[in-house]
Amino acid sequence: MAETTRSAGTAAPARTRRTRGTKPSGPETGGEAAPAPGADVPAGTAPGGPDAETLIGYYRQMLLIRRFEERAARAYTEAKIGGYCHLNLGEEATVVGLMAALRPTDYLFTNYREHGYAIAKGIHPDRVMAELYGRSTGVSKGWGGSMHMFDTEARLLGGYGIVGGQVPLAAGAALAVNYKGGDDVVMCQMGDGTTAIGAFHESLNIAGLWDLPAVFVVINNGLGMGTTVEHSSAEPELYKRGAAYRMESARVDGTDVLAVRDAAVLAVEKARAESRPYLLETMSPRLKGHSVVDPARYRSKEEREALKAADPLARMALDLADRGILSHDDRDALDAEVTAEVDAAAAFADRSPAPDVSTLFDYTYATPVPGELRRMPADPVFSS
Amino acid sequence: MATVTYRQALRDTLRAEMIRDENVFLMGEEIGLFEGSYKITEGLLKEFGPRRVRDTPIAEEGFVGAAIGAAMLGLRPVVEVMTINFSLLALDQIVNHAAKIYGMFGGQASVPMVIRTPGGGGQQLGATHSQNVELFYSFIPGLKVVAPSTPAEASAMLKAAIRDDDPVLFLENLALYNTKGELPAAVDEVEPGQIGRAAVTRPGTDITLIGYSRMARVAAEVAETLAGEGISAEVVDLRSLRPLDRATIVESVRKTGCAVVAEDDWLTYGIGAEIAATIQEGAFDWLDAPVRRVAMAEVPLPYAKSLESAALPSADSLLTAARETLRATGRLALETAS
Ligand SMILES: Cc1ncc(C[n+]2csc(CCOP(=O)(O)OP(=O)(O)O)c2C)c(N)n1
Repeated sequence: MAETTRSAGTAAPARTRRTRGTKPSGPETGGEAAPAPGADVPAGTAPGGPDAETLIGYYRQMLLIRRFEERAARAYTEAKIGGYCHLNLGEEATVVGLMAALRPTDYLFTNYREHGYAIAKGIHPDRVMAELYGRSTGVSKGWGGSMHMFDTEARLLGGYGIVGGQVPLAAGAALAVNYKGGDDVVMCQMGDGTTAIGAFHESLNIAGLWDLPAVFVVINNGLGMGTTVEHSSAEPELYKRGAAYRMESARVDGTDVLAVRDAAVLAVEKARAESRPYLLETMSPRLKGHSVVDPARYRSKEEREALKAADPLARMALDLADRGILSHDDRDALDAEVTAEVDAAAAFADRSPAPDVSTLFDYTYATPVPGELRRMPADPVFSS
Repeated sequence: MATVTYRQALRDTLRAEMIRDENVFLMGEEIGLFEGSYKITEGLLKEFGPRRVRDTPIAEEGFVGAAIGAAMLGLRPVVEVMTINFSLLALDQIVNHAAKIYGMFGGQASVPMVIRTPGGGGQQLGATHSQNVELFYSFIPGLKVVAPSTPAEASAMLKAAIRDDDPVLFLENLALYNTKGELPAAVDEVEPGQIGRAAVTRPGTDITLIGYSRMARVAAEVAETLAGEGISAEVVDLRSLRPLDRATIVESVRKTGCAVVAEDDWLTYGIGAEIAATIQEGAFDWLDAPVRRVAMAEVPLPYAKSLESAALPSADSLLTAARETLRATGRLALETAS
């Protein structure tokens, strides 16, 4: 299902690890050698196989994210959405598979490409769209926009716009989980380009050292903006970096929702039961440009053709039809339903109020200081 | 009432706060086994164990970021960054994350953490180890920056910082660690200070001297010297660089009619520039002389003692600036010039 690697070498000094849950963890036993790179990962099938309802549920979520993102792209060209807008097109199977492996109480940190994660983590599409529109009903009350969605209840602890900025935060959240004695897991999503950032290495080192229940997920879509993995990573098989931190790691086909889910379940279990971090790499080509405004001219014609075959949604639709789980008509009906949901989200966003300017100074400090400067651009500091 | 050093006040306060609140924990390089590069955390690992006194690898961005993440989940980390010079490696986490999380998520998560970090020249440590870059942090909405000058203030402000729901940069100065002062009460009974409030530590009528951290102490010394010459100087200890208590500064200058600002960082764009601008906006009509600033010479701080001493602002340099200002107002006769 997934390529895995464990820390190599049995001669490592045994370190006492803090363990949690039932599984005892002894000294490192060394592990299997890393498998041949680039091996194709077959479609995931959990023992017993998932039932039709589960499969349709995953498909529906993927479709919802697809239609949501398409709608966001349109709204962007209509100037309803400002700033940057990074979409999950092509990464839907990854998003849904990863979120399926989490409990509702598990935490998630993401980068700026997070609309799909927000929806799959359980936030209503209305609130996600309203955030894109910069409305007060948005998930971050209009303060975050596309890159900074947050919801305490869903335990989405934020989308972050600085590449790699979220990785230390996730390690710290995992530390807090341990400190309080809970058994939640912290998942931290990032892109392939992020693995070159210092914060990535510092955080994985800390997580490995302190036995933190964190799952670091690298979404390898092959590109950081226009730069390929091969062009930016001395070791382009990114999951292998786990070995440097004695962290189990795996690579999985990110276009296969079940493969992603199953690989993520293993990683999350490791984190939950043993409080050990895990590095998961998903191979998830993005179908379009880096953001809505990027025409992706750096891609060759052949690449563009090849990408069509990588569409996880089309693939899953075919597969479900072949297996007699979802007919063509059923699929169309589902599509109509999901599209209506997205239309409703856009309508909700449209009719939602913009944040009131009188609230401009409300979120600078959680503990406000009386008399602190609340000066609008033309105001004098002292009135007298 | 007990006389303690600034160092002891910090240590006792950390201890008291850890006893008071289980969510308060310490992390940083060498704070545990080594007991702190400047021994602020001496004895704390022994007392509280590694869960609450956590040695980190040399990874400023990583562990400062981890403290932010822990704070988002309700813990109250007190991070020691060995010196403010190394906080530059964590600048992204401090400026882009600690300061922004409350705002950019619409007030849904706060970051109740403290970053304690010493700075300052005078130890012959050379250019990369002698900086005061508090300006970088004081510039950023979302951060709070405090710089207490006495053991009592250090204790009160540290309590306030730990109990505050926002990220607080807590600036110490190497030159202050061994200075002594009285605590107003037993350390667990010290009242938390008020972040964002300056203190008039000595009332006066002829001139306002404004400083923070080490320079507030220097200002007090200079005021004493001036008192011997019949000059009544008012000393304002800023204590908090962000939020900045502009009202207290302006009120004092409206009373005295002139001011000198003493800062331990570089002049251009420095804290003193902000104070001078504040006075211009709030007390221009009351001024009898231009506001003067005393700051570090604008060079990377040299190693050689002679050069380093010459570059740092001192009681002498502040006294000279104060006298010249007083002369400009006519409060000091020209012939008394030294
Ligand atoms: C520290 C930093 N440097 C540069 C950028 C500009 N930037 C935004 S996204 C991006 C590419 C990141 O690629 P990757 O981590 O692979 O994520 P993906 O966009 O593929 O999801 C860059 C360079 C940034 N936001 N932060």
